[in-house]
Parts: sequence; C-alpha cells; structure tokens
Amino acid sequence: MIAAAWTGRLGRTGRFLWSAWSGLAALSLLAALWQFGHEVYGDFILPAPLATVRAMGAILSDPKSWDIAVLTSRRAVEGFVVSALAGALAGLAAGYSPATMRAARPLVTVLLGVPPIAWIVLAMIWFGSTDGTVVVTILIASSPLVFVGVAEGVTTRDRSLDDMARAFGAGPVKRLTTLGLRHVAAHLFPALAISLGTAFKVAVMAELLANVGGIGGELARARANLDVAGALAWVMIAVAALIAFEYGIVHPVRSEFERWRAAAVPWGVKR
Amino acid sequence: MSVLQLRDVGHSYFGRTVLDGIDLSVARGEVVALVGPSGCGKSTLVHVAAGVMEPRRGRVERAYARHGMVFQGPRLLPWATALDNIAYPLRISGMRRGERAQRARAAAERVAFDRADLGKFPVELSGGMQQRVAIARALVAEPDFLFFDEPFTALDAALKRRMQDLVIDASRAAHFAALFVTHDLIEAARIAHRILVLDVAGRGVAGERRLDGEPGAREDRAVFETVQSFLKGDPLFRHIHDVDERRVA
Repeated sequence: MIAAAWTGRLGRTGRFLWSAWSGLAALSLLAALWQFGHEVYGDFILPAPLATVRAMGAILSDPKSWDIAVLTSRRAVEGFVVSALAGALAGLAAGYSPATMRAARPLVTVLLGVPPIAWIVLAMIWFGSTDGTVVVTILIASSPLVFVGVAEGVTTRDRSLDDMARAFGAGPVKRLTTLGLRHVAAHLFPALAISLGTAFKVAVMAELLANVGGIGGELARARANLDVAGALAWVMIAVAALIAFEYGIVHPVRSEFERWRAAAVPWGVKR
Repeated sequence: MSVLQLRDVGHSYFGRTVLDGIDLSVARGEVVALVGPSGCGKSTLVHVAAGVMEPRRGRVERAYARHGMVFQGPRLLPWATALDNIAYPLRISGMRRGERAQRARAAAERVAFDRADLGKFPVELSGGMQQRVAIARALVAEPDFLFFDEPFTALDAALKRRMQDLVIDASRAAHFAALFVTHDLIEAARIAHRILVLDVAGRGVAGERRLDGEPGAREDRAVFETVQSFLKGDPLFRHIHDVDERRVA
C-alpha cells in the first residue's frame, strides 16, 4: 500500500518534470518572436535573446547580483505570505458569515479598483523607503485575490457532506478542519498562484518607485543608463525567480491536493 | 426498552409544516422501516432523528451509544480514497491513523468491498461500490444504531437486493437497531421487524404493521405475498404510491 503510494508519487513527479518540455517549447516560440523583433528593430531597441541571456549570465556571475535577486524574492515572498494569510482568514470568515460577506464585497471592489501604483505612493509616505512599503503594497494588491478565492470556496462547499459529518457526530471545528478547509484548498491554489505572480510584479514596481534597491532598483539604474539589455536581463531574472517559486512550491503542493481529480482522467494527457 | 424515542416531533421549512406530532420508538436490536408516499417528510424525519437537523418542536431521546448513517447518495469525500472515506467517522472521533486503517479494512471486508480498490478515489468506483463504501463507513465505528435514508434507491434491482442482504447480515451479526426509510415496500418487508407508515401530509404516524419472522429468514414468496396483501387489502397502505403534486408541479 505504502509502496504503491510512493510509486504513484514518483510517476506524478516524472509526469510533472516531463511536462516541462511543452513549457520549454512555448518559451522557445517566444524567443523566436523576440529574435524576429530584434532583427527588425535592431540592437538598441530590442537586444537579441542570446545577448540578453549573456547579459543575465554576466549579472549572475557577480555574487552581489544574487543578493539583489534574493532581496526582491524575499520581499515578494514575505508580502505573498502575509497577504495569503490575511486573505485566507478574511475569506473564511466571510464565507461562513453572510453578513461579513455583504460588508466585505464592496471593500474588495474598492481595493481592487485602486491601481497598485497609488498604494505605492501612499505606502512610501507612510513607511518611507523601507521593506514595509513593498510588503504593504503587495498585501493590498494581492490579498483581495486570495480573499475572493477562499470566500468562493467556502460558499460553494457541498452542504450534503456537512450533513453527513454532522450525522457522524462532527462538531463545527471538525467539520471545518476535515471538510471546509479541504474544499477551500481547491479554490485557494489557483488564487495563490495568481497572487504570487502579483507579489513579484508589485515588488519590482514598488522597489523601482520607492528606490529601495532590489531588482526594481537595478531596473531604475538600467533605465538611467539606457542599458536595454541589462533591463531585459533583470526582467528575466525576476521572471525566473517567480517561476522557481511557482513550479517549485505552489504547483507540487497543489497537485498533491488534487490527486483525486487526476484520478478521474483514466488515460491520455494528464494536465 | 427503547433506544430511540421521538416525542411529538414537528418540523417546518419556511413556515410550511412538513412534520407534526410524530411519536415513535425503536427497541434495542429492532429494525424499523419507515414508509410513506413521496414528499411526506420521511427524509426530514430521519435527519431529525439522527441529529443532522434540530426539530422545531418535540424531543428526540437517544439511549444508544453511537449511531451511523447511510444517505440516499453515497456522500463520499471526493478527495479521499475509499479507505479514508470508510475511516472518516473514526477520524472525527480522533482515533490514531494506524488503528483507523485497520478498522476501516475490517469494515470493508464486512460489506465485501474488494481490498484492491481501497486505494481508489470515489470517481474511480461504480455507483454500487460507492454505496458499499458508504455502508462500510456507517458500520466502521461499530454503532448500535443505524439510520438509513432511502439508501438503495439509485441502484438496480440485483444490486439493491445484494445491499439489502448486506444490511440484514450486518444487523444480525452486530445486533444494531435501525430506522430504515424507504418507499419500497418489498425492501421494507425484507429488512425490517416492523413497518411504520407515515401520514400523507406528515401529520403523525398513520399506523404500523409487525412482520412475521426474522429479517433474512423470510422466503421471497412470503415477502411478496405480504406486500401484495398490504397493497390490496390494507387501508393503511392506500396512499403509499401517491405522489405529492406540489413537488411534481
């Protein structure tokens, strides 16, 4: 039984790694379009992908650049964790209490309606040029996404399962831990993937505007020097960091939770 | 000595009374079938009795140690394997994982669920297998009372019979008492010691008939004849196949 579980996991991991080929093919297509753009517009407007990769290699061979990338990643992940926790807790509360939901809906609309750039300006005034500015901006920009996902998850839960649990003597806490959270997880993971992406984007933007170093700071410098290849290289580094977090953590955890959905597909392409 | 006693129980949804003045009792080790026409509140009654719903009026007195329940649909957790689904009541009661798995395997054995399928998810199982898992789940905590809410309605005739036999065997082996809601008189006459007929509008229990012999020891012919005599000659069963037009329309 345990051996079967492990071979199953190994198979899933293998499929997951194998699916990287299709991702690679899509990225190669993007690189081809990029190369085409380069050949049309020239080196100054759009450096070649290979030149950018070389610039990236040069940047990454400097240990100081690693510190910069880690700094931005740390800020993004910090903001992501805080906003995931805040959004998930608020979403649970709103999902289980319709009155809270009614009060929270307009607030979410307002929060999502204000452009992140406005929050950055406010956060800069409140927190100055510190990590706080970045984390708070991420919190405001991405926690509503998690909130909506979780609240949606709670309200779409299968109430007949709740009744079943009640018939077997489960109190409210047991029902929440064994049914509610498990169902919410299915809605939580897509929201987490989106909010992680938002966290990285907002982190870079906030760094650029608040002048607090990190990848955003390097982008600001590249712009000042009209160093297009450098700017593109830093963008690629930011995207690579995001991909590492998303495919290294969010997706594996998600696929572990969604094993039963994969089981419903008997053969063919497992997505 | 009754292990379940309902006293003057009533319930209503949004002001519409579906149950009123229900008095019934189930003795230790007794299987009681509750029949009635579609829409008369059978399902509500068994949910109230099992504590899934609070009654608006009246009292439910339970003198048994623990109960299990089988619903109309299997109501399995889609994300859990058959084994984990069977073990779910044990998880609620806080039992350790290893012991849970052991007890769940034993319960699966009792309903003739294939050991090889225990690692599968509900989506990979047929309807009959899913309902088997649901029965095993109801039996796993070794309850001394079981509630059934039309559990085999969606199954075909042969499978239904097989499931009824499983329940009869389990009740004889474990001596649990049960309240079995059904609209199928043959099923009631095979499984139960006693049949209660609910009033057409859910206003009280219209009457009861005690059945001869022990469940499982009755000949098919005798069961069939009993049901025929109920349907043809017994005024108590006159409305049993009526359909509530408010629901159909």
